[in-house]
Amino acid sequence: MSLLDIFKRRASAPVARERLQVLLAYERNNRNQPDLVAILREEIMAVIAKHVQVSQDDVKITMERGKTTSTLEIDIHIPNGGAAASPAF
Amino acid sequence: MGKVVVVTSGKGGVGKTTSTAALGAVLAQTGKKVVLIDFDVGLRNLDLVMGAERRVVFDLVNVTQGVAKLSQALIRDKRVETLFLLPASQTRDKDALTEEGVASVVGILREKFDYVLCDSPAGIERGAQLAMRFADEAVIVTNPEVSSVRDSDRIIGLLDSKTLKAEQGESVTKHVLVTRYDPARAARGEMLSIDDVLEILSTPLLGIIPESQGVLRASNVGSPVTLNEPTNAAARAYADAAKRLQGEDVPMVLPVEKKGLLNRLLGRRVA
Ligand SMILES: Nc1ncnc2c1ncn2[C@@H]1O[C@H](COP(=O)(O)OP(=O)(O)OP(=O)(O)O)[C@@H](O)[C@H]1O
Ligand SMILES: [Mg+2]
Repeated sequence: MSLLDIFKRRASAPVARERLQVLLAYERNNRNQPDLVAILREEIMAVIAKHVQVSQDDVKITMERGKTTSTLEIDIHIPNGGAAASPAF
Repeated sequence: MGKVVVVTSGKGGVGKTTSTAALGAVLAQTGKKVVLIDFDVGLRNLDLVMGAERRVVFDLVNVTQGVAKLSQALIRDKRVETLFLLPASQTRDKDALTEEGVASVVGILREKFDYVLCDSPAGIERGAQLAMRFADEAVIVTNPEVSSVRDSDRIIGLLDSKTLKAEQGESVTKHVLVTRYDPARAARGEMLSIDDVLEILSTPLLGIIPESQGVLRASNVGSPVTLNEPTNAAARAYADAAKRLQGEDVPMVLPVEKKGLLNRLLGRRVA
């Protein structure tokens, strides 16, 4: 074990603390109210469904919760020429 | 067709989640496609140990209830390409998970992955039984201590009666993984010996994982110990256990007490 290792290792507890803070802030918040990200996700999906027919498999949703902001990434593969759900006249 | 392996124990806190993450990560590192399923509904932790807690969008219950597709719920590990996680739901409803739901998810995953590792909740109730239900093999995590060995024995009883394999007249292949083995206490005769444990459970040994600070450091930073500190004694023991799980013949070494820096310096001065 080198000195650098010892130094590096001491850093693990602060990392744990930070991770827990981010996670618990989010979980506590969601205990009493619906998850904002879940709402956004569902509404965005509903809007898309109004215009194009995409199967759930063509929608990739990833997110990364951060300390002050979170990112929600919705990756949709829309078939070309695809206003399949267009209203009938 | 992949293998479904349940990581189970009966007793809580013996190292199931740690072992699922550590074994899964080494298996994936050797090129196998691995998915870890957290069955601990209401008390998920595998996401934390894997460092994926900020990226959970959907969970196992969402998939069984049709809210999300399986492909949407799987979280790909950022370090190992072929490693995936299916998180548990945080719902308080213990009946949220159904046998049919689990059957369909496990059925699809075993087609697509080489290994499906199921991290069981503690206990012998519904949750633990669902986690083992479709298993081909079981890793029974046991600490060298009386209550843990007793609970392992009860779990073995369930594996032999309540699993689909058992009901079909076949049997789940069982392995005992002794974890939190403390060489110093073993040397003082304060701990059940490995031989005692194996004799009592009459089940083959998959590995002996020493008690190690490296395990705590790994969970602090959200990385399986086998990835975070591959040369750590516990990590190496997990790597050997993973090889044995794949059928390789790896000699078993009993962890020995490692002398600390101070001891070594003192030892040298005396010599
Ligand atoms: N080899 C080890 N050395 C040191 N600490 C360990 C070791 N294995 C596990 N631990 C620690 O023991 C605690 C329990 O481990 P873990 O969460 O993996 O157990 P579990 O069986 O999944 O628990 P539960 O029954 O609650 O799901 C954790 O704090 C973990 O870091
Ligand atoms: Mg656990």
